[in-house]
Parts: sequence; structure tokens; C-alpha cells
Amino acid sequence: MNNPIAKPVSPASPVDHSLLYPSPYKEFWQAFARNKGAVMGLAFMCVVVFCALFAPWVAPHDPSEQYRDFLLTPPVWLEGGTWQFILGTDELGRDLLSRLIQGARLSLLIGLSSVVMSLIPGILLGLLAGFFPQLLGPSIMRLMDVMLALPSLLLAVAIVAILGPGLINTVIAIAIVSLPSYVRLTRAAVMGELNRDYVTAARLAGAGLGRLMFVTVLPNCMAPLIVQATLSFSSAILDAAALGFLGLGVQPPTPEWGTMLASARDYIERAWWVVSLPGLTILLSVLAINLMGDGLRDALDPKLKNAA
Amino acid sequence: MLSFIARRLGLLIPTFFGITLLTFALIRLIPGDPVEVMMGERRVDPEMHAQAMERLGLNKPLPAQYLDYVGKLAQGDLGESLRTRESVWREFMTLFPATLELAMAALLFAGIVGLLAGVIAALKRGSLFDHGVMGLSLAGYSMPIFWWGLILIMFFSVSLGWTPVSGRIDLLYDIEPKTGFMLIDTLLSDEEGSFKDAVMHLILPAIVLGTIPLAVIARMTRSSMLEVLREDYVRTARAKGLSPARVVFVHGLRNALIPVLTVFGLQVGTLLAGAVLTETIFSWPGIGKWLIEAIGARDYPVVQNGILLIACLVILVNFVVDILYGLANPRIRHQR
Amino acid sequence: MSLLQINNLNVRFGDANAVPVVDGLDLSVQAGEILAIVGESGSGKSVTMMALMGLIDAPGRITADALTFDGTNMLTLSGRQRRKVVGKDIAMVFQDPMTALNPSYTVGYQIEEVLRQHLGLKGKAARQRALELLNKVEIPAAESRLDAYPHQLSGGMSQRVAIAMAIAGEPKLLIADEPTTALDVTIQAQIMELLVNLQQERNMALILITHDLAVVAETARRVCVMYAGQAVEVGQVPELFDIPAHPYTEALLAAIPEHSAGAERLATLPGIVPGRYDRPQGCLLSPRCPYVQDNCRQQRPALEAKAHSQARCFYPLNQEVA
Repeated sequence: MNNPIAKPVSPASPVDHSLLYPSPYKEFWQAFARNKGAVMGLAFMCVVVFCALFAPWVAPHDPSEQYRDFLLTPPVWLEGGTWQFILGTDELGRDLLSRLIQGARLSLLIGLSSVVMSLIPGILLGLLAGFFPQLLGPSIMRLMDVMLALPSLLLAVAIVAILGPGLINTVIAIAIVSLPSYVRLTRAAVMGELNRDYVTAARLAGAGLGRLMFVTVLPNCMAPLIVQATLSFSSAILDAAALGFLGLGVQPPTPEWGTMLASARDYIERAWWVVSLPGLTILLSVLAINLMGDGLRDALDPKLKNAA
Repeated sequence: MLSFIARRLGLLIPTFFGITLLTFALIRLIPGDPVEVMMGERRVDPEMHAQAMERLGLNKPLPAQYLDYVGKLAQGDLGESLRTRESVWREFMTLFPATLELAMAALLFAGIVGLLAGVIAALKRGSLFDHGVMGLSLAGYSMPIFWWGLILIMFFSVSLGWTPVSGRIDLLYDIEPKTGFMLIDTLLSDEEGSFKDAVMHLILPAIVLGTIPLAVIARMTRSSMLEVLREDYVRTARAKGLSPARVVFVHGLRNALIPVLTVFGLQVGTLLAGAVLTETIFSWPGIGKWLIEAIGARDYPVVQNGILLIACLVILVNFVVDILYGLANPRIRHQR
Repeated sequence: MSLLQINNLNVRFGDANAVPVVDGLDLSVQAGEILAIVGESGSGKSVTMMALMGLIDAPGRITADALTFDGTNMLTLSGRQRRKVVGKDIAMVFQDPMTALNPSYTVGYQIEEVLRQHLGLKGKAARQRALELLNKVEIPAAESRLDAYPHQLSGGMSQRVAIAMAIAGEPKLLIADEPTTALDVTIQAQIMELLVNLQQERNMALILITHDLAVVAETARRVCVMYAGQAVEVGQVPELFDIPAHPYTEALLAAIPEHSAGAERLATLPGIVPGRYDRPQGCLLSPRCPYVQDNCRQQRPALEAKAHSQARCFYPLNQEVA
């Protein structure tokens, strides 16, 4: 199995070097690096993550500080721009670059936590559905079908409509929305693996249900799940921004990218940068993650290449 | 064919009941007192409160409440809006044509451009055009469409002044809603220039809404076409001396369309979700804008049953796509 | 004049320096004859025929001194002109009938398509003719099969349909590319019989690509043995089987169970066909040939007349004239 997650076997003392396989990590990196777009995406995301992690030090200003004398200052390369506010300021005189950097923090946080919050229950439900195809499988899958009948953003809107807007509710809504794809993927992968001989062997060796699920089968189902996690990370960022834009997500004055866009709408005729830059940031981040996802898919699971 | 349709129809029923359960639960999960929520006001007089509990059936056990709900749905009673006191069904039906018109224009745009771009990219694999299509479609797929709409408005409406900023038709025109489809209604009316005005209003929202489906369709068409062009029957068709156009479109595309059609069907859901955003940006008076406004106004009957109707719509469209899929693919039709 | 004349055909995939898949092939086919082309997989049999039909796409490149069919130079034809010949005067039946028919169209539609394209038949006339063709290829209940989809037919039935499609344009040359390989053994003989009957009835030339030498012995008059893109021996049927001149032909024959009855084990030729990177400088068979001499490794022999056949070998076998 070309399983990049499996631990590399430590080579026994002096052996013929031609017989040593490259470590799975190296092998994976070589396959990933062949995709130029994926490497570019990774590089861009590294910058974004760096900015997000060290936002207070990277950002030139406090994102909520209002410079009343500099309302709607254009970016530095335009007439009237100043180096003090490289990307200009918004309608309240807040530094756009600092807000975007702070927004990166928020978007990544929403993306990461919603992925974790849907990945774990998704895998558990998928494992249960796969291991008990008669007992639990049908009801779990029917439930997922129902959730899939609603377009993800609409379902998220519905959930936020119940819970009320806000950061945590956004995360919950997005996590619930992306649950079905994990369940379906895990179940499909589990069903495929369960018929393999190694699972039978483990059963015969007396492995308990927990061991079978998490130690024997699950590691071999990880490849499509990792790819899906990447892709749902990017759609989480998009959905969060969309909710913010609709006024149902993170509330102002928190500098969330979508929320920033919503309040910038009124200045569409006067200050294009207030509208363009947050959206461009969203587009580039999502694009970078999707490029990475493509690269991951090619590297981890060649079978999936034509699947999406 | 009929048994094929019946089989697919049978699969819909449990999903439909699942949806009603979901929307039923939706309203019960709202934090706070249900009567206050339903009446849209705080601190209701205790006597009126009890009456309302009785009238709304909220004092019954949950299963009975659910049966009441489904029973009302079966009679076509979707409740009425708290804001307008109009029946939810009537409001939906008035606004739905606007969304349908927008969605159809978007799908038409996405389908035509996406198929063409995908086919040409596949035929010219590895060319500059191919790389361009692949790159642009990935960008389109990653596009925050609410921003994309703003950018297009900024460029085409504000800077160039080519298209109107919002709405379906200029206020100058007084169009009688005969069909609800502005393009048809303007043609039927005798207001001069109103049809052109309606088209101009439609272009930008349709492009915005069609962007993601366009990207998906172009990518899918390309990969499906590449696969089909390698098939033996394409070689057979060429060995028959058929023209390249006939080989590509009659023998290739027909088979390549089968997976594309499935994706097309899945896009309808995305499209309705996108309609929420697009309609908000362009002030397009459709069901997406209606739903968002209802959420803003805590108009829960509209939210609850609007979501139910949209979900049913998605299920219905997927059902139709399933049938089309069967028509396009004889192997599926004859299964079992 | 031959119906088909091929001189020095080269097919390469890539630039002019790429290793040729078909390497200096000479071949001629007379009107109404059956020529068999044999050789192992990858020896260039199919590619030769694809080149003739104009089915080689970029990066494939075709060069030839002559590629003449029925007096027409196929190399200089425009696409439009070639499509008037291909599918009509030259037709081809492919290896796997289950994938060679388009799954989205009925059998009738796919046959009528040829009739419409090349004979201008439409509507009822086309349907009538398609029905006759299905009867011709001995499909039972032909009327109802016209409206069947390929997935509803068995492999043998599909191959009959493919043959009906191929003979719809009344071809002068039919190319059958391993027409029975993908079929059940019991069906194979029926399909071969059908092909030979059609060939005799219509007096069309038939090129039979196969690696089943038993079939060749029964049907063909002339055989061309190919190895690594070259014709290594061309000869008449009984002679080539009885007294092969080329060591490769001998090796092929030795691998047939019937041919080496009584032997303890079937003879096999060690090694594999040379690939892109290990093409020998001399005779292409030299690394595998049991009779190899020093100059075989240095120089390539040409296809020359030997005692009973043409062979590409410096030291041909069985040269004593009876």
C-alpha cells in the first residue's frame, strides 16, 4: 500500500542502499512538488498562515483603530495614497491591510475549527455506517441524503437563522453543512477496505471492533479524507465570508473578510479598494487552497484524479 | 422507462419526509418561547399566550405536532407570513418566476460557454487555450460570487454605465406580471424598449450566478471528453469516414455529456444557494432575497416553509436530471 | 496493379528521431486476396493499418515512399477526400466488439450512419439496407436487433454488427484487426467463417491481423510476419508454415501446440521485443535469435527474396530447394 501516512519502517543496520525505498514523506513530497500550481498555492498559504499567526506584529496598525483624518485613503500607488496606509483605509479610517491580516486570522480559525468539528463526527458516523451496514448504515445515510438535499449555503443560512449570527454559530453551521461529505466518503472507503484480506487477517487475529475501526481500517481510508478536508477548508472560508456578507456571520466591527465586503458595498462608486481588496484576498486564499487540494489529490490518491 | 421513473420516485418519498422533519425541527429549535417567536412579539399576555398555544397546537406532544404539520402541508397550507399576512405559498409563487428566470439564464450561459470551452480544451489538449480554460475555471470555482457581483457592477454599471445596477426592470416601465417572467412579460406588453431593458438587467446577475456552474461544467466536460475521445467507438466512428465534427459531437459529446449532466444537476443546488447571494447584491426580487429578508425580520413561517419549498425544488430538479440521465444513457435505463 | 501498395512506411510517435513503431514496411495486397499479418503485441500490425486509415493523430508521424490504394495516393489526400475512401472502400473491424460500438446509439442507427455517409441512403431505404446487412452477417431476428443497443448484445453478436457496419459501404478492402481475440472460443470460428464467406462472395481483399497462426493456416493465402515494426518474412501459406526462412517465424510456429506435437515442452523464444531504449544496432532479433552470428549484431538485413519467401535475415533457414 502506498500509504503516505504510515510510519516509515526504520531500516535495519547496514543494508544495500539500492533496496531502501524513499521514505513515504519524501515520496509524497516529490509527487506533490510535480504540480507547480500546488506548490504556488502552498507558498501563498504559508504567507497567509504566517500573517495570521503573527498578526499583531505583522500588521502595521491596530485593525480597529479609526484614523478620523484618513477616511477612505486610497492605496499607496494611487494619487493621495500614503505609505502610512499601504492598502488604504476604509470608511471609518481603519487601515485596510491590518484588517485583512486580522481577517486572515479569523478565516483560518473558522476554516480550521469547522473542518475539525465536522471531520471527527463525520469519520465516526462513516465508520459506524460502514461497519454496520444493516443496523446503522441506512438510517445514517438517509439522514445525510436529507442534509444534502439542501444546498450547503442555504442549510448554513437556515442553521444561523435558528442559532443567531456570530462567530461560533458560523463555525457550527459550516461544520454541520460539511458533515455529509465526510460521512459518505468514510463509509465508501470503509466498505471498500472491509473486503480486503488484511482486514480478515486482523479479525482472525482477534482484533476488537475499536482496533479494527481505528487501527486497521481507518489509516487506509485517510487519503480521500485529507483531500476532502482541504477542499472543505476552502469552501468553509467561502461560506463564512458569504454568511458575513449576508449579515448572518461574524458581526462588525470584527474584521472578517465577508463582513468587510458587506459594509464596503456603499462605497462602490467612490473607493474601489475597499470593495476589491477583501474579495481579492478571499479569492486568492481559496484558489491557493484549491490548488493545494488538487496537488494533494494527485499525490495521495491517483485514482481520484478524474473524480471531481 | 416508466418503471425506471417509478423506481426513482419511490426513492424520493423518504427524503421528502426527512426534509419535513428537518424544517419541523428547525422552528422547535429556536431558542426562546415558540409563541413569542411565532407571533413576532415579546411578553404576550398570558391568556393570549395560552390561546395561541392551543391554536398553534403547541400544547400537544411533539409527534402529534409533527403529524399536524405534515397534515397541513398535505392540504397545501404552508402558513402565512408574519410581516405581510400573505400565504407563504402565494408569496413563493409570486417571487419564484424571478428566481427561475435568473437561474435559467445563468444555466444557459454556464452550459453553453462551459460545454464549448470544455470541448475545445479537450480537443486542443495541452494548448494555451486548454491551460487558460483550466486556470480560469479553477479561479471561477474559487470565486466568492458576492464579491464578483460587486466587481462587475463596479466595472460595467458604475464605470462604463452599460448595465443597470439592480432590479429586474427600470421603474419607467409598468409591466403587468402575466407570466412572472420579465422577458416574456415585456414582450407581451406594449411598452417600447422594455424587453431590451429587461435583458440588460438580467445579464450581470446571470453571469455572476453562472460563474461557478460554468467553471464546474467546463472542467467536467473537458475531462469527460478526454476520456471519451480515447474510447474504441470513437475510433470506429472515425474509421467509418465520418467528418471530425460528427465524430466529436455525435459520437464523442453524446457520451461525454452523461457525467456532465449529473454535475449539471448537482449545480442546481449550488445555483439556488448562489441565488441568495446574487439576488441580494442585485436587489433581484426572487426567493433568495425573500428568504434572507425573512430571516432578518424573524419571519419564521416564511423561513421554515421557504426552506422546505427550496429543498423540494432541489429534490425535484435532481429527480428530473436522473430521468434525463436515464434517457441519455441506455445502459442505466435498462438496468434491473 | 495491386489494390494496396505500401512502400517504406514509417510511423513514429514524436519527432523524426523517435524510434519508429513501424519501420520501413513494404506490403502489397491484391484485389480479392486474403493476407494475414502476424506478430506479437506491439509489433506494429495495427499501427500500420491505422496509418492507412488515417487514424494516427499527432504526435504520430507517417512517412512513406508509397501508400497507394486502388490507384489513389493516400498520403496526399485531404481529410475530406480521405473520408470518402475510408469507411467505404477500406473498412475496418476492430478487436473488442464490446467497446467498438457506441453505447448511446442503436445498432440500426450506427449501420445507417455509414449508408447515409457513403451511399446517400436515407430513411426507409437505409433501414431496409441495414436489415439486409444484419441478415447478411447471420444475425437472428435481425428486424428486432436494429433497435437494440450495443449493451444488449453478446460479444459475438456485437462483432457481427461491427462487420455489417464495415461491409455497408461495399469495401474493396476489409481490415480485420484481431477480430476474434476478444471472443469466446466457440464464437471465434463462426466469425472467421463469416469473414471468409463474405470475402469470397464479394471478392473483396481481406487483411487479417492476428496472432493466431492456426487461423492463418486455415484462411490466408499469403502471410506477412512482423517483428518490432518490420516485416521479417512474407510468403505463401503452406510453404511459410512448412519451411520458414526466418528464425522468428520458426519460433512463432514452434510455439503452437499442434505444430510441435510430441515435444516435451513448448518451445519459447527467450527475451522480449526490443523497446524504445534497447533497440539493437543490428538485426532486431539478434538479442533473442538462437542462430545469431557476429555480423547480425552489427548490420541490419534487408527484406530480400529467399528460396521460398522474402525474409529479412542474413542466414535464412530451410533454403534447400526441393
